[in-house]
Order: sequence, then structure tokens, then C-alpha cells
Amino acid sequence: MDELLRLLQKNALETPADLAKVLDSTEEDVRSKISEYEDSGIIRGYQAIVDEDRLELNRVRAVIEVRITPEREGGFDHLAQRLSRFSEVESLFLMSGGYDLLVIVKGETLKEVAFFVSEKLATVNGVISTGTHFMLKTYKDQGVLMQDEKERERLQVSP
Amino acid sequence: MSNDQQKTRVASYLRDVPRSGIRDFFEIVRTRKGVISLGIGEPDFVTPWHIRESSIFALDHGATSYTANLGTLELRKAVSEYVERTTGMHYDPESEILITVGVSEGLDLAVRAIIDPGDELIYHEPSYVSYAPVVTFAHGVPVPVLTKQEDEFRLTRSHLAEKVGEKAKALLLNFPSNPTGAVLTNDDLKDISELAIENDLTVISDEIYSGLTYEGEPTSIASVPGMKERTILLNGLSKSWAMTGFRIGFACAPAELTEAMTKIHQYTMLCAPILSQKAAVEALLNGDKASEHMRNEYRQRRNFIHKSLNEMGLTCHLPKGAFYAFPYVGDCGMTAKDFSCRLLEEENVACVPGTAFGAAGEGFIRCSYATSLENIKEAMKRMSAFVSRLKT
Ligand SMILES: Cc1ncc(COP(=O)(O)O)c(C=O)c1O
Repeated sequence: MDELLRLLQKNALETPADLAKVLDSTEEDVRSKISEYEDSGIIRGYQAIVDEDRLELNRVRAVIEVRITPEREGGFDHLAQRLSRFSEVESLFLMSGGYDLLVIVKGETLKEVAFFVSEKLATVNGVISTGTHFMLKTYKDQGVLMQDEKERERLQVSP
Repeated sequence: MSNDQQKTRVASYLRDVPRSGIRDFFEIVRTRKGVISLGIGEPDFVTPWHIRESSIFALDHGATSYTANLGTLELRKAVSEYVERTTGMHYDPESEILITVGVSEGLDLAVRAIIDPGDELIYHEPSYVSYAPVVTFAHGVPVPVLTKQEDEFRLTRSHLAEKVGEKAKALLLNFPSNPTGAVLTNDDLKDISELAIENDLTVISDEIYSGLTYEGEPTSIASVPGMKERTILLNGLSKSWAMTGFRIGFACAPAELTEAMTKIHQYTMLCAPILSQKAAVEALLNGDKASEHMRNEYRQRRNFIHKSLNEMGLTCHLPKGAFYAFPYVGDCGMTAKDFSCRLLEEENVACVPGTAFGAAGEGFIRCSYATSLENIKEAMKRMSAFVSRLKT
């Protein structure tokens, strides 16, 4: 993967000037490459990674295993895209193994998520079954640890 | 007051060895708060988890004993494979590899194994702080050869030839170099090898930073034809795998020299700690990806710091290895030590004065980039402000 993308994935706030220095490139070059990635849809947005557990939001998240019937034309894609339009759906993946779709759903209360699953998701034509697991606590998300690590002790000056 | 207080109990050869300039500077930095330090000679990464975990696993299973003097055969085999994979040379794990407590111990053993009292050992300056003292402790004579910024601090044949005299017994090389980040070209290696063979020198090659080479592949002088039989190759896990606290190094050398070093090692150290040896096996066998990841980070920071230093008007060659930039500050109207002290006082940034690495380091400072890019950015901002005040 392009090093520029890797750096932006790690910190999207890095300035083009600093990125250019790190990559031994020029600021204009970095700017135009970022625009290209944005225009072509490779970069799909920039977000902060937030530890929502600290906000006491009363948010619940659930992972739902969904089995569906593939359609004659379009396979799983048609139904998967349809399900991913629900605003409650945060992420959706096609899986190998015991079920077909992995759906991550966010809501304000347990009841709300349960309602969404039973009333919206399960009732869509083609959905055979759902299995819902509620998430209790986040330890690591998108490669970022959610607990603060103690500052390491290194000698301030060493050979 | 008794007479005893004037009379020292310390051996005379030791009294003349000066305290490390690093330690002096450390004492100054220690008294301050909020310092951004570019003075640190060890990785900022914590040892990769899978390596730490293998030590924990070994401890769980009761690995708490001595090992063979040479180190565990398992680790020597892993070292043999690693050296062959990275340099193309084969060393026999039964007789040509010794596991040491860091390259620090390997260095001491190598010097003591080949130096008789009065023998000269030639090394290049500015250099790692231990070389001259270790030679003195072995009652040898350390002979520095200058390396220069105009040569990007590579050791050149002509400078070296001037210092090879009657009593020259050995040559100590450290590339990639601490503190200059210099790397030798294949031609340099050939030239130096020729000279070493002509003068029958034993070569100690401290390649602890070989895993942190940013341009091209690292090459060892031992792989030059005719050199393996006269070279003690030293390397370790401190830098490439961020394992300074584990204290693991290794020496690869012809059986005769390995046996000689082992003789000292068995009586003075017995063996390297077993838990660290276990971790080292994991690093060597399964740690390429982790090491590659860290190297990539260092390379990017190097690009940043090199560009920033030159932008603020300090001449700095591109360091091709290790994690140090070594800019010239001699045109700021003060010594390297004064520059470092004032930079610390006025901007709270710590860089080690080049003179800590020998007289040849006057006019330079060592800026370590083994710290986060965030820290480097802030340090460069502060340093740039400082330099522009000096230069106007
Ligand atoms: C050039 C050089 N050699 C040897 C060492 C010592 O390393 P070890 O941790 O393996 O004893 C260092 C550490 O800073 C070094 O820079």
C-alpha cells in the first residue's frame, strides 16, 4: 500500500507539508495525490477514533450474524447493499463460514437495537435467520488501544 | 583527616579514563522538566508483543536456569540462520557463535581476546563512547582515525593508512555508525579489507545497527573475500528489535577466536540470561515483519529530521543507517557543548554534543530520531527558532 495512505490512516490530520518531509517528496505532490485518492473514492472520508465508553452515552452496539438466501442475479450483493442502507447499520461484511453477513448495529438502548433486528432486519425478504450479540466493552478498535498505556521510562540521555 | 583520603584505592590505569560525556550531559538534563530529548540512544518502541510473550511463556514453564556458556543451541542456530540470511555467510552454531550479554559484552570479549598490553587498536572517530575505554581496560592503546563530514563520515583508506603503524594489531569498525549514521560503500569495504590484509589486522565489526540500514542492503566486511577468517562480527537484538533491556548480543568468528572469547565469558559472565535468550529466538525466527515496521518508521523520521535541519541552515549529511542525525553547528559561533547547553536552557531540547564521541565530534551535535514524530516536529520547531536567533 502507498505509504501516504498508511500515514493518513494513522493520522489524517498530518499536514501535507509534514507528510512531504517524511516521504521525501514535495507538498504539491502530496496534495495532488491526496486529491486523486479522494476523487477516485479510495479515500472515503476522515473520522476521529473516539472511545465512546468514556462518554457515558448509553450507546449499545451489537454484532449480528445474518444468514440470507442468495438471489439468482446479483448473489449476495443486492441484499447486502439494501441492508447497509439502514442508518442503524454501522458496518456490514460478507463472510465465509456459518453465516453470510456480519452486521454491526448501533443504537441508544438495548430495546432499540432489538426492535431494529426483529422488525427491520429479520423481516427483509431473503433473510433466513439472525443471531445477535451485544458488545460490552471496547479494548481495541481499528488498531488503537483504548486503555492509556503508562508512559515508559527511558533515560533522557543515553549512549 | 587521615592520609588514606588522599591515597586512592582505584587502579591507576582506570583513574586516567575520563567519565563518559554522555553521563555528564545526562546529569544536566536530569535537573530539568519538560525536556524534549533527542539524546536517547535506544529505540522508543517497546519490544514487539510476540517477543515479550515468548519470554513470559518461558518463565511460565520454569525457564530459570543457566544455559550452556555459548548460549542455547536453539538460539545459536537461529543466529546462524539470521546471519546467513542477511549477509550470506555461514557460521557454525557449534563452534563459531557465542551469545553475549549485549554487544557491550561482545565488544569487551573481542578486544580482550586479541589485544596484548601495548597493542594498538585503530577505531574511527566520532565513535560510540565505549571503544576507547574498553581498549584501555585491556591495556591496549586506542588509536582514533578521523572521519569527516565531507566524506559523510565514511572511513577512507587514506585516512586509515596514516594510522596503521608497527604496533597496529586490530581495527574496529562500526557501520552504520553511532553517532554519525554513516554507512560504507562496497568500494570502501574492499579498500579497507585490502589494508587490513596487507597489515595482518584483526577486524572487530560492530554491526549492531545493520538492521537499521535505509539505503540498499547492509553489507558486512566479513563477507569480503579473505576477511571472514580475520573478523569478529558483533551484532545484537537491542536496536533492530527494540530489545535493549533484554541484553542479548552475539559474536560470530572463526572457531579459534570464538573459543578465546568463550574462555573469558565462561569465567566472567557464565551465560546470557535464559529468558532473554528465549525472546531472542522468537525475534530472529519470527520478527522480520516487526523489525521492518520499525525500520520504516525510522526512515520516515530520518527524512523529516534531515530536511528540517538543513532547512534551518545547519549542514547535515543524509544518515544512511542507525537512528542519529549529526549536523554541523560549528558556524553558530560556539562550541558543540555550549550549543547543546544553550539549546537546553533556552528551548528545552536535549541533543548530545559531538565531543561526547571524541574530539573529532567538535562542531557537531547528535540528534537521535528514536523518538516520536510528534516530538521530533516540536524539537525541530524549537531548534529552528534557536538557530535563527544565533545566526542573526
Ligand atoms: C555502536 C554501538 N555498539 C554497541 C552498543 C551496545 O549495545 P548492546 O545493548 O547490545 O550492549 C550500542 C548501544 O548504544 C551502540 O550504539
